[in-house]
Amino acid sequence: MKPVFEVTKGMREMTSHYCPGCTHGISHRLVMEVLDERGQLGDAIGVSPVGCSITAHQYMNVDMIEASHGRAPATASAIKRVHPNAPVFTYQGDGDLASIGMGELIHAAGRGEKICTFFVNNAIYGMTGGQMAPTTLLGQKATTCVDGRTIEQAGSPMRICELLETIPGAVYVERVSLHNPAGVRTAKKAIHRAFEVQEKGLGYAFVEFLSTCPTNWGMTPVKALDWLKENMIPYYPVKQFKCPEEVK
Amino acid sequence: MAEKKLMKGNEAFAQAAINAGCRFYFGYPITPQNEVPEYMSRELKKVGGSFIQAESELASINMAYGAAAAGGRVMISSSSPGIALMQEGFSAAAVTQAPMVAINVMRSGPGIGGIQPAQADYFQVTRGGGNGDYHIIVYAPKSIQEACEMIYKAFEVADEYRNPVMICADGMLGQMMEPVAIPDPIPAMTEEEIFEAKPWALTGHKNKRERNAIKSVFLQQEVLEDFNLNVLAPKYEKAMRELPEAELIDVEGAEVVFVAYGTTSRVVAEAMDLLADEGIKCGLIRLKTLWPFPEYAFDAIGESTKNVIAVELSMGQMIQDVKLAINGKLPVDLINKVGGVLLDPEEIAERTKKIMEVR
Ligand SMILES: Cc1ncc(C[n+]2csc(CCOP(=O)(O)OP(=O)(O)O)c2C)c(N)n1
Ligand code: SF4
Repeated sequence: MKPVFEVTKGMREMTSHYCPGCTHGISHRLVMEVLDERGQLGDAIGVSPVGCSITAHQYMNVDMIEASHGRAPATASAIKRVHPNAPVFTYQGDGDLASIGMGELIHAAGRGEKICTFFVNNAIYGMTGGQMAPTTLLGQKATTCVDGRTIEQAGSPMRICELLETIPGAVYVERVSLHNPAGVRTAKKAIHRAFEVQEKGLGYAFVEFLSTCPTNWGMTPVKALDWLKENMIPYYPVKQFKCPEEVK
Repeated sequence: MAEKKLMKGNEAFAQAAINAGCRFYFGYPITPQNEVPEYMSRELKKVGGSFIQAESELASINMAYGAAAAGGRVMISSSSPGIALMQEGFSAAAVTQAPMVAINVMRSGPGIGGIQPAQADYFQVTRGGGNGDYHIIVYAPKSIQEACEMIYKAFEVADEYRNPVMICADGMLGQMMEPVAIPDPIPAMTEEEIFEAKPWALTGHKNKRERNAIKSVFLQQEVLEDFNLNVLAPKYEKAMRELPEAELIDVEGAEVVFVAYGTTSRVVAEAMDLLADEGIKCGLIRLKTLWPFPEYAFDAIGESTKNVIAVELSMGQMIQDVKLAINGKLPVDLINKVGGVLLDPEEIAERTKKIMEVR
């Protein structure tokens, strides 16, 4: 009999260290399922960030390296030069990617590096305990803005997909949301397309996952999903910003 | 070895790396090393290699980290302020055992400093500006020829020790021209060869082995303690046994023993001739490795020696290691210039005579 569901070989069998209800688990599994379905688990090379997912390699069954904080796109660019046919990806949080690593991100995109970046935007610094991130929303509370973020004090949250949209080398840019099953299915398709863009050598591919951090948001996992939908999506519209004809 | 050609230092360094099988180079402009990235941008593609003009030195070392982890032969280069920016990367490369070669074409500091030759990075390269318990292996060439031979060898040492290796040159070596015979080219490894020869490298596991995880974070203190004590420490002890190198010139029977490295050692050698004309017997310990420091060379200093003089283009950095090696047995004095100003042989001879009078 043909099984209707199998756990992907891309995920190693173990209990994760992520908090209950954290969406890191979903995005890990999606990336690995896609590589599995594409038959590329044996070829892929991943770069993990500094953040809660620094040890993503414990779970992802592909060769991986921990980058220094924010430098994943630089490290991945070079890995791709050594193994031009390997699917190379970075997996990064918003502190890592949008704050300390903004330079490496923009320039990897600018060079049109043939790599994929999966961006976990949970609007907060998770690992260090809930400080404000460049993506923290106005009014959102964090340990370095306990009364809520204000424009006067910290400026407006950064929209990364919108920024990358202006860069010619970033040929595929899409924002998805992990707050419901439909969003998860869309996310998976986006990951497929990102790897397709890389395989066809078209340029830099970027997928942002709107994600939750129930622990540092101080919410139950279910409440956190609702909060994402009600607060993040209005500011971070879920949409495909750019997609090359070849993978549509 | 090929026949001698007149070449500019920085270009010869780059060609030596290519001949050693280096195929990956990631650079950022900074004087006085700009000819290295310029040369690599032209030449690497001719041998199937890859050049990226990085957006910063921070990016360039983190690119080198990726290429090294992926099993590629990789080099980076910069000058003093750029090396400062790379320090986090050296620490990461040391803990992940990523082999890479770096050239520092030193200029004056602190701060942006100046673009003239200097040796004020001795602390930066031997003590490391990066965090944690690690070392990088540092060679100090005195000529373009020696630099090329050291670069060529550095890739082997980096692979053997799985550690960053630095060539500490200065602006003079980078900018001047000398006749040089670069060691013969060897081929670079193919991806298949990397998979076989470097089982730790990121190649994709090809469903033939467990996945590789190259780790820099150790959240359990016992695990990091075990790694530092049982992986890093024995490696650095081996380096301290096997790698220290110095050239000893006329140390036996010398009244004064100079200690110097790099281009400064050539100026000292000329000063020694001047002093010999006046009947003063001088010797020289020329450091070829800065870390590990060639302490063994100091055993050659005998009863005849009354003064040890460290000669360097800094406020007095190498002299600290000289004092540790001398361990209080003799007075150690400093002859130096700072800020990018150079020493000449006459000045060294004069200052030496003054030191001898005082002692
Ligand atoms: C150079 C450096 N600076 C700061 C830190 C501390 N640090 C660890 S994780 C992190 C950010 C994590 O936030 P994010 O990227 O949003 O990822 P998340 O944990 O939310 O998934 C920081 C600042 C570090 N490890 N290295
Ligand atoms: S702190 Fe936040 S991002 Fe980190 S594992 Fe917990 S819920 Fe996830």
